[in-house]
Amino acid sequence: MSATEGLSELDTAPGRTNRLDTVELATQRPDDEQPYAELGLKADEYARIREILGRRPTTAELAMYSVMWSEHCSYKSSKVHLSRFGDLPKSDVLLVGMGENAGVVDVGEGWAVTFKVESHNHPSYVEPYQGAATGVGGIVRDILTMGARPIAVMDSLRFGAAEAPDTARVLPGVVAGVGGYGNCLGLPNIGGELLFDETYAGNPLVNALCVGVLRHEELQLAKAEGTGNKVVLFGARTGGDGIGGVSVLASETFDAEGPAKRPAVQVGDPFTEKLLIEACLEIFAAGLVTGIQDLGGAGISCATSELAAAGSGGMAIDLDAVPLRDSTLTPAEILMSESQERMCAIVEPAKVEDFLAVCRKWDVLATVIGEVTDGERLTIDWHGERIVDVPPRTVALEGPRYERPMARPADLDALQADTPPSSSADLRADWLAVVSSPDGADKSWVTEQYDRYVRGNTVLAQPEDAGVLRIDETSNLGIALSLDGNARFARLDPYTGAQLNLAEAYRNVAVSGARPLAVTNCLNFGSPENPEVMWQFAEAVRGLADGCRELGLPVTGGNVSLYNQTGDVAINPTPVIGVLGVHADVTRRVPTGWRADGEAVLLLGETRPEFGGSAWAAVVHGHLGGLPPRLDLAAERSLGELLASLSAGGQVSSAHDLADGGLAQALTESALRYGTGARLTVPGDPTAALFGESVARVVVTTTDPAGVRAAADAAGVPVTELGTTGGDALVLDGLLELPLAELRAAWTATLPALFGSPEVAVGTVPAGTVPTS
Amino acid sequence: MRIGVITFPGSLDDVDAARAVRLAGAEPVSLWHGDHDLKDVDAVVLPGGFSYGDYLRAGAIAARSPLMADVVAAAHGGLPVLGICNGFQVLCEAGLLPGALTRNSHLHFRNRDQGLLVERADTAWTTSFEQGQRIVVPVKNGEGRYVAADADLDRLEGEGRVVVRYVDGNPNGSSRDIAGVTSADGRVVGLMPHPEHAVEALTGPSTDGLGFFTSVLTAMVAA
Repeated sequence: MSATEGLSELDTAPGRTNRLDTVELATQRPDDEQPYAELGLKADEYARIREILGRRPTTAELAMYSVMWSEHCSYKSSKVHLSRFGDLPKSDVLLVGMGENAGVVDVGEGWAVTFKVESHNHPSYVEPYQGAATGVGGIVRDILTMGARPIAVMDSLRFGAAEAPDTARVLPGVVAGVGGYGNCLGLPNIGGELLFDETYAGNPLVNALCVGVLRHEELQLAKAEGTGNKVVLFGARTGGDGIGGVSVLASETFDAEGPAKRPAVQVGDPFTEKLLIEACLEIFAAGLVTGIQDLGGAGISCATSELAAAGSGGMAIDLDAVPLRDSTLTPAEILMSESQERMCAIVEPAKVEDFLAVCRKWDVLATVIGEVTDGERLTIDWHGERIVDVPPRTVALEGPRYERPMARPADLDALQADTPPSSSADLRADWLAVVSSPDGADKSWVTEQYDRYVRGNTVLAQPEDAGVLRIDETSNLGIALSLDGNARFARLDPYTGAQLNLAEAYRNVAVSGARPLAVTNCLNFGSPENPEVMWQFAEAVRGLADGCRELGLPVTGGNVSLYNQTGDVAINPTPVIGVLGVHADVTRRVPTGWRADGEAVLLLGETRPEFGGSAWAAVVHGHLGGLPPRLDLAAERSLGELLASLSAGGQVSSAHDLADGGLAQALTESALRYGTGARLTVPGDPTAALFGESVARVVVTTTDPAGVRAAADAAGVPVTELGTTGGDALVLDGLLELPLAELRAAWTATLPALFGSPEVAVGTVPAGTVPTS
Repeated sequence: MRIGVITFPGSLDDVDAARAVRLAGAEPVSLWHGDHDLKDVDAVVLPGGFSYGDYLRAGAIAARSPLMADVVAAAHGGLPVLGICNGFQVLCEAGLLPGALTRNSHLHFRNRDQGLLVERADTAWTTSFEQGQRIVVPVKNGEGRYVAADADLDRLEGEGRVVVRYVDGNPNGSSRDIAGVTSADGRVVGLMPHPEHAVEALTGPSTDGLGFFTSVLTAMVAA
């Protein structure tokens, strides 16, 4: 039975009530059976609701509690662990921390940046295009709600085995959905991840990041204050889509043979969202709201209860006023609907007319649906009868909180003891295998479907290590962002794995020349009801918190996605970490590609024979075991500071971080970016040198190797001179020679071969017209 | 010099077009689709984006907005008009330019740094280029495949009304690699690629796009 069937039956089925379930009726008929289990509530949670209200909930109240107390909205399994982030030392740069729609960071010159990443995993499996599209739409509204203009998006994607038939169903739809929505909103997509692993079969991960910018004084908060102020619902009409999305889809494990859950997926309309963005920004600029909240998961239930709970507590809503797309919706369905592109604002009565006028200008439907009241009750009326009368804090803030049992995975000792191979039988073949693997291959098939130019401030975008945006055209102040989530490392050791992901995102931002400033995260795990998964989650959170403490970075917020599993098989734990950095002068940004012949190629950092969780072990040997690389956050910090100073001094012409696929992957990407080869000598054990994944390493090119060496020596960063750029091949003396044409053919063929080859010719940038600065 | 940039509901590259106008040395003037007011501008740019969400057909609804009636009348009087991407689609839907833009042949949105051959360096928007010059500007569209009946294509080519053609690969399956066309008088130009995204070395693949915006300043002086 679907969630909607359960509700409709109670409201309308003959022989049951056949009439509206009101507060009055709930009091008169306390023993009516209610479909709480179908709505995802446990028996003790239902009992708690009865205790709060002193009676059984009405159907509408039950709907509200069920969505707001879902795992997705209430964080009931994760809250006790996430408090570690709140315990981090106070940060000077954090203007708004966790708990609001998104954290806000001071980036200087009166500018603030807000950024957040959120999952839309389950909907994207059921309906890839709409699931991914509305994932982008939802995170963009979170950023908008803070008072910021959204300025870019990123996407971190994971799918089942690349050659699996279902991946060919899910991936193209997800990519088209991310692109279709973001492109139509006019937001450049500046980077992300695309990775494959069979544990994601049936559980693809679609994590979308949005970043926005605002002046400090433009900050908006989600609270309802001022008795008599009006509650205005604006944006799209409310329809039957996405009912129970958070409770049914995002908070339950998929049954292998379960019924189709398509109706629980929302449908997006990016055009309406674009109008909503422009209308909101005009409304903010004119000072027309006292509080604002977007409608995402749990729809009107969430927006009204959160606004009221964060404010003085009282709110009265007339649900009849809500504009509907489908007049047959029951009140409970209206409350649960996750129809997209809607916002809720608190507006002083004297400003309502101006507010509505801005909405009219942008063709945005806006309706007063209630007002802020004295007292501490949220009431909702339908056809003149009271169907909801609750303390809003109990809905929005005081949901259940579980300390779920945890257990170290039984197989972890054996997994860690299963050390990977450490010697390559054929370096050249392995190199080509790694860079042409679906994880290592050129991602143009995906990223060409995304607009990276719109708004004209994109300084670096994929395939660079970090996305870089200019935020002030006069001062050239800018920001850098990277998203990283190596799940193999986290599977081998979730505590260290989360820190390694933090380190990689930190390094990617530093490589661009930016100073890392703040952290966000999207924590994707299996079922919290599995103690081994819960242990992985707790360890990852502990690791991330410890890592942030050591690097001196605040966690600005984040998102948790649990129940990413089919049957008993959970995904590899996937903590995706986002790091934001600031560029005092974006014209000093450092790209990853080599452009000029005759430059020195230097490796910064120390290489050890570390293959646990490496791409090479996975691709060449199908092996996952041992321990991940040794973490060294002090070395990351020294390296980051060195890179910032080299960038500021204009001492390096390129820099590329070493991560998945090690040096082989990094050299491939730097060489192929603009078609410049190199002649190099790699010291030490060749397998470790080419495929090992020791951290805190970066390859740079420079015309001033002595200067870079001196700076690195002063920073305590080891330097190895590898050779010189030039030619049309990567030549590693005594080891192998790879003509760039062969390398490019291998690197670029993979994704088009898997997901469809474009029928028109692929052009390269004509000679002589490549960018010159 | 004042160059108007129209904002339709769903226009996205209007800020970029205004920046390009400014970098070319002119004053950008915001024009609103719902007003019958061209604000005495000397030329008009219809920017890229998804006006009205591309609903019905890309550009079809915007072409019927109040301001477009004024644009069409002024264009017939010789006002220089440049349509970029969605703006090109609007100009075709409004009847100012021949042909139509349809779904890319490979059915994907595609964003790529694109080589173009400038075939007409004497329109109001291309005098800063040399005829036969190769330039690189970004292309990004989902419905950018230029189509027209063969006889019409023959006529357009015969009259020399192809302004820019794709080289080094056709990104969307456009007939005869056509990337942009002009009106008979050379005052109205529409193209799918985005010159406004190639006006700064910091953010673009080149600065070749600036030429479109500097050209019109010359054209206005000459007019």
